Amino acid sequence: MTTSFPWLSLIVFLPLIGAVLCLLVKVESARWLALSFTVVDFLCSLPLWWLFDSSTAEMQFVERASWITSPPVQYSLGLDGISFPLILMTTLLMPFCVMVSWTAIEKRIQLFMSMLLVMETAMLGVFVALDFVLFYVFWEAMLIPMYLLIGVWGGANRLYAAIKFFLYTLAGSLLLLVAIIALYFQGGHTFDILALSRGTYSASLQMWLFLAFFAAFAVKVPMFPFHTWLPDAHVEAPTAGSVILASVLLKMGTYGFLRFTLPMLPDATVTFTKPMIVLSIVAIIYGAYMALAQTDIKKLIAYSSVSHMGFVTLGIFVLNIQGIEGAVMQMVNHGITTGGLFLCVGIIYERTHSRHILDNTGLAGPMPRYALFLMIFALSSLGLPGTNSFVGEFLVLAGTFLWSKVAAAFAALGVILAAAYILWLMQRVAFGTPSPAHRAHLLDLNARETATLVPLVVLVFVIGIFPNPLLTRMHVSVAHLLAAPKTPAFAIEPRPVPPVIPVPPAAVAALTTLSSEQANAR
Amino acid sequence: MTLPVQDLLAILPELVVISTACLILVLDPILAASKKDLLAWLTLAALAVCLGLTSSQVTGRQYAFSNMILIDSYGSFWKLLLYIVTGLTVLLSLAYLKAERLNIGEYYGFILLALAGMMVMVSGADLLTIYLGTELMSLSLYVMAGLKRADARSLEASAKYFVLGAFSSGILLYGISLLFGLAGSTRLPVIAEAIATQGTGNPILSLALVLLAVGFGFKLAVVPFHMWTPDVYQGAPTSVTAFMAVASKAASFGAFLRVFVEGLGGVSADWSILFTVVCLVTLALGNLVAIVQTNIKRMLAYSSIAHAGYALIGVVVAGRQGGMAASTGLPSVLLYIAIYSFMTLGAFALVGMLRKEGQESDNIEDYAGLAKREPLAAFFMLVFLVSLAGIPPTAGFIGKFYIFMAAVNGGMAWLAVVAVIFAAISAFYYLRIVMVMYMREPDNAAASHSRLETSPALSFVLACALAGVVLLGLFPNGLWSLATHAAPLLK
Repeated sequence: MTTSFPWLSLIVFLPLIGAVLCLLVKVESARWLALSFTVVDFLCSLPLWWLFDSSTAEMQFVERASWITSPPVQYSLGLDGISFPLILMTTLLMPFCVMVSWTAIEKRIQLFMSMLLVMETAMLGVFVALDFVLFYVFWEAMLIPMYLLIGVWGGANRLYAAIKFFLYTLAGSLLLLVAIIALYFQGGHTFDILALSRGTYSASLQMWLFLAFFAAFAVKVPMFPFHTWLPDAHVEAPTAGSVILASVLLKMGTYGFLRFTLPMLPDATVTFTKPMIVLSIVAIIYGAYMALAQTDIKKLIAYSSVSHMGFVTLGIFVLNIQGIEGAVMQMVNHGITTGGLFLCVGIIYERTHSRHILDNTGLAGPMPRYALFLMIFALSSLGLPGTNSFVGEFLVLAGTFLWSKVAAAFAALGVILAAAYILWLMQRVAFGTPSPAHRAHLLDLNARETATLVPLVVLVFVIGIFPNPLLTRMHVSVAHLLAAPKTPAFAIEPRPVPPVIPVPPAAVAALTTLSSEQANAR
Repeated sequence: MTLPVQDLLAILPELVVISTACLILVLDPILAASKKDLLAWLTLAALAVCLGLTSSQVTGRQYAFSNMILIDSYGSFWKLLLYIVTGLTVLLSLAYLKAERLNIGEYYGFILLALAGMMVMVSGADLLTIYLGTELMSLSLYVMAGLKRADARSLEASAKYFVLGAFSSGILLYGISLLFGLAGSTRLPVIAEAIATQGTGNPILSLALVLLAVGFGFKLAVVPFHMWTPDVYQGAPTSVTAFMAVASKAASFGAFLRVFVEGLGGVSADWSILFTVVCLVTLALGNLVAIVQTNIKRMLAYSSIAHAGYALIGVVVAGRQGGMAASTGLPSVLLYIAIYSFMTLGAFALVGMLRKEGQESDNIEDYAGLAKREPLAAFFMLVFLVSLAGIPPTAGFIGKFYIFMAAVNGGMAWLAVVAVIFAAISAFYYLRIVMVMYMREPDNAAASHSRLETSPALSFVLACALAGVVLLGLFPNGLWSLATHAAPLLK
């Protein structure tokens, strides 16, 4: 289904207009301007939920125009079941990024808001681009605003973190550029992603391209051992930057695997399946172990991201429908949950100016509402049934189980460790005794902060309890990805299992009571 | 003897430039010191006339002066680019000379003489014409580099440039004489024919090839013939540095490609290997040494060396592919240099006009906190630096994109990979400036800080450079089709 209205161009470039306007107005109006542009952008993307046709794997809302004539680079945008959830997640999260920065950012607010909006355009562009060069332009265009977000408004060690982030990602993605050009000459002189996906390439070329793609995407995800930029960047970035990094930027890497590596390089994908799965499992367990050892809340969440993103790459490379649907679900869920966690950390940092766990203990007493929200996000993060993360992780583990029982067993270790580091964190942060130095600053959430967190909490439960609307929208696209005729390599595909997760109602009820009880316990 | 009208008409743009230069030299002593700006406007008027004249010469191919001069689309491409960058340099100089209190009228005369030399370089069809053009350009630039007579660095730059430049000219001339011995003529088509008939095995030919490569290597400032560049770029008045880094480099590339493609195209496989080595060391040294610079003019000097390395990739690929129709090596060089001109000129314009206490503040430290003091200037610098680093959606990305396309198409993906690694390294030193501007505060709070000395002329220059960098990044179609039409064909 194609509509004549250019939905995608509108959604992608609306924030860019806002970014320019933000630079031209006064401080106070910059905040409101950024907020209204992000909200309007979200509202513009909302109709897609109903307009989206979940019965086809074809690209929808396609727009095509010639951009560069020689070589033929097109301005072409489109949406399918894999990019669709990511678009909605991005537009949904951006208003919260603006709101959480309302008072936390004190200097050069116009520039800050402008950079946030530029980021939004670039990130949305990455998810909808149907031309490889266009994709690359968006992919790289977010480097500079993100560099500034970390470097100008970040923490004490921000300069190091910013340049590390920049160079890691740039080095990876420049290799991607060469791979894109090589594909152009081998794939019939086109940059069209769909046409390139239909082509077949020799095994040795696929190997090289796989490695180049891997350099770009694995750094972004980040997969072990390319993850070292992530804790630095996460910790030093301002809250909105951390949210963007964790919720959207990391997904660009896994999206790259799904959109490019799997369809274009099926043989190499199969060849590299084992190493990729091993790396994913290492990331899951290593990330979780590192999280256990952290004393800085942000760093703990950063390492938990490494672990959770390990589940995503694991789901992708087991190459079956449960795994990949679980991976896409996990991408969205990690965005919501980790975004929520970082928002929570940002809120408490504004009060105590410390991210150290020991400086932020016993918050349930003075800040009961805050502790409730934190608890919900934390429980979602450890994958409690009834919350959104459970759905994704369950599907990924189910998919992994089909691939190898041993791998599933190792991956499941990550879930157990997640419970350990999250519950230990919560025990200290929510239920310890408040440190006297900060007692006076511990005011509970104000209306703006509550408004920032409530929608995400609602989503945690809505997706956790009713995952089907989202799953049906991605199902056909994922099935198409696996069933592409030229990929007999993916024949490991077992009988399709209906992608419906029965969530025991008892579990949901138990959770709701549990979390409120714990939060209320003083 | 009657004057050959046809020939004179062909070189009308050159005549306009030279006669304006002479007019300026005459007017300079007559004009009162306060009216010297008039000379700059006169220069601009001459450039506008030339722009019109050359635009009408874009199509067609016409030899003049007994085949010494060739007016064709290739030469016109470079000339049009040269007019634009010279015009911008003149506007920049208008502001810069005032700030430096260098109220010298001859300055504009020298710029025009250098431009005349460059025009002859890119339209010469004979090695001697090209040599004459090179000398005219170089001699004017030697003088211009030393215009800050009170500054020892400027004088050193001038002397150093002169000595090394003279050496390179000698080497160039030696190569030319060997080729003359080989072909019996210095005309490029005759040399090409001689190579085709005599074969490529002659050791004299190889020697001549190497000597010409060395001679042009100096003008292009590629490693290992780059030694003069950092000192001269740092010492010379910044407007002159901008002119050298942009116009002189463009003209040198123009003449260099003309000689090696139209004259020595028969041995393209040989010079391709030679330039592969030069290209690799240029990329490596330019990018690595730029990292440790503390002076922004020196850093930009090394950056310009590195950029010549990227452009050379296109040359290497073209040579390797020989006369293949699908080769985009040469057009990508033309495109790259044109894009490079805008971003480098923009960066130097800002560097020249960021001043404290009447002095140019060209230490990278002086840029600390610039984003706070001068948000707009810092933003412009950001765009130029991002473009130099080759990050989309700026023009610098488009330039690299076409170069890499040509490399992969020519079966040299490995060279593209090497270039890509150095591009990532280059991002480090460009971003360091961004970091200093946006994320650092000046160390000594008491001392005065550098500020941008604005003027309408400077604003215009910056706006043009920014428009070039942004618009060419978003809409490269026009420039690319110009470049493909203008690029010479290897036979």
